[in-house]
Amino acid sequence: MKRIYVNEKWCLGCHLCEYYCAFANSGEDNMAKALKDVVIHPRIRIEQQGNVSFAVSCRHCQEPLCVKGCISGALTVQNGVISIDSEKCVGCYTCILSCPYGAIMPSDTGAVQKCELCTKNKEGQPACVKGCPNKAIVFEERGEVQ
Amino acid sequence: MTRYAIIGNSAAAVGCVEGIRQVDRQGPITVISDEPHHTYSRPLISYLLEGKTDRVRMQYRGADFYEKNGVTPLLGKRAASIDPEKKTIILTSGEKIPYDKLLVAAGSRPFLPPTEGQETVTKVFTFMNLDSALALEQALTPESRVLIVGAGLIGLKCAEGIAHRVNTITVVDMADRILPSILDEAGSKLVQTHLEEKGLTFHLSDCVAKFEPDAATLKSGQRVPFDILVMAVGVRPNTSLIADAGGQVRRGVVTDEFCRTSLPDVYAAGDCAQSFDITTGQERVLALLPNAYMQGETAGIHMAGGEGKPYDRAIPMNAIGFFGLHIITAGSYQGEEVLMQKGNTYKRLFYQDDRLKGYILIGNVERAGIYTSLIREQTPLSSIDFDLICEKPQLMAFSKRARAKALSGAAG
Repeated sequence: MKRIYVNEKWCLGCHLCEYYCAFANSGEDNMAKALKDVVIHPRIRIEQQGNVSFAVSCRHCQEPLCVKGCISGALTVQNGVISIDSEKCVGCYTCILSCPYGAIMPSDTGAVQKCELCTKNKEGQPACVKGCPNKAIVFEERGEVQ
Repeated sequence: MTRYAIIGNSAAAVGCVEGIRQVDRQGPITVISDEPHHTYSRPLISYLLEGKTDRVRMQYRGADFYEKNGVTPLLGKRAASIDPEKKTIILTSGEKIPYDKLLVAAGSRPFLPPTEGQETVTKVFTFMNLDSALALEQALTPESRVLIVGAGLIGLKCAEGIAHRVNTITVVDMADRILPSILDEAGSKLVQTHLEEKGLTFHLSDCVAKFEPDAATLKSGQRVPFDILVMAVGVRPNTSLIADAGGQVRRGVVTDEFCRTSLPDVYAAGDCAQSFDITTGQERVLALLPNAYMQGETAGIHMAGGEGKPYDRAIPMNAIGFFGLHIITAGSYQGEEVLMQKGNTYKRLFYQDDRLKGYILIGNVERAGIYTSLIREQTPLSSIDFDLICEKPQLMAFSKRARAKALSGAAG
C-alpha cells in the first residue's frame, strides 16, 4: 500500500508539514483562521539537531504493536491505515508506550491522535506531502516486509 | 476441518480468534465464558465508573465480532474440566464441547486474604470485571466512605474511577509505597502526593487486623470507619483447569514460545499463563493486556497451523494515569541508571551490558515507545547516541542508516 516516506537528505527543517497537517485536521476552510495564534498539535513532527532534520509520522506498520496492545479496541487497521476511534479511546497511552517510532501523541481531547494519511479529513491525500516544498516527504508504494 | 475452542472471552481470546482467522477462515470456533457479556475491555471498568466510557464504547470488538469470525459464543457458561485424552471440555451444566485445538485464557481471580471479622462486612466488593464494577457502582452514594485494601494498579484505578461519586477514599497497603510493582520509591512518593492532593488518604506499611461491619482496625492500631470495602490486594491466575487435567503449572500455566502447554493441542494465554520476560530471563506471569492479546494471537496462528512467529519479546510494561498524571514504565529496574526529576516530571533509565533494561517516566511520557523498543529489540546502546537518547526518546539518537531504514524502508 501507499505510505508516507521521508528522506532526511531533502528535509529543510521548515516545519511546513506540521502546519499543513494541523490545518488539514482542523476542520477549518481558511488556513490563516485555522493556524493564526494557535498552538498547533500536528500528527507529523520534525526532529532537528544541528543541520539534520526529518519528519516522523505513523508508519502504518503491518504488525502494529499499538493496535495489538490497545486496551479499548479504539485503534484498528482499516484497509491498511491504522485508524483511531477517538470516541472509544480513553487516553490510557498504552499505544504511546508501544509505538517504536514515537508517532502517537496525546491530543487536546484526552484521546490520542495519529496520522491517518488524511483519510478522515477533506484532503483525502496526505497534506504534509502536498505541502512539502522540497519533496522530502513522499506518498508512494515501496513494498512490504514479508 | 479443525474445531477450535477457547475458554475465556477477553483480550487473549480475541487475539486467538484473530490469529486463527489469519490462517483458517473455515474451522468453527467456540468461545466459552462464565461472563454473560459480549467481549469488553476489562481495564476500562474504572473509566466506566468515571464516566469516560460507556457499555457500548467499552466493547473490545464490534457487535458483529462473533458472527464475522464464525464464532459460536457460549456466554454465561463455565468450563468445569478438560479431558485432554478425549479432547473434550465439560461445562458445569454437564454439556460436553469437543475440540481439536483448545486455548485456555481463563484469566485471574482476586486474592482475598483471610482476615478476622471479614464475614461481618456486607458491602464488600472486588474490582476485576464488569459485574464487579456494576455491583460496586450500585452501592456508591455521595456520602460513602470507601476503604480500598491494596494500593496497586487495580486499587488505585478503582479509586480514581469512583472518587467523584463518594465522600472519602482511604487506601491501605502492606507495602511501604504505592504501585510497588511498577514504581521506585521516589516515583511512588510523587504519585502519592498527587493522589493525596486529589483527596485520597493512605495508610502504608500497614494492613487490616480486624474487620467490623463498618470499620477496620489496622495493625498499627488505627481505626478506619467505612461504608464500602473494596478488596484489591492482588490476583491469582486461574490455573486449575490445566492443573486438574495434568498440565504443568507453576505460578501460572507453563507455556512455550508458541503458547503451547504441556498438554497436547492445549494452549494457554493471558493472565493465567506465564511468559518469558526477556529483561530478567525468567518465566513469570505478565498480567498485561498487550501481552494477553499477543500471546493469544501467537497461539491462534499456531493452532491453525500457520507459520507464525514465536512470542519471544515479552517484557513487563505499563501505561497508566491518575487524575491527569501519566505514568509509563517498562522492563526491569537493574544496572546503572540515569535520573532526571523536575516538578511532576520524573525519568529514570536503567541500563546494563550495553542494553536499556528498564525505565520509569512520570508526567512527560511523550514518545516513550522509542525507549520500549530499545528494551524489546535489545538494541546495543553503543550503536546509538547515548546522550541524545537520555535527553529524550528520539530517532535522532539512531544512526543515519538505522533512521533511513525506519523511515523510508519497507514497513515492518
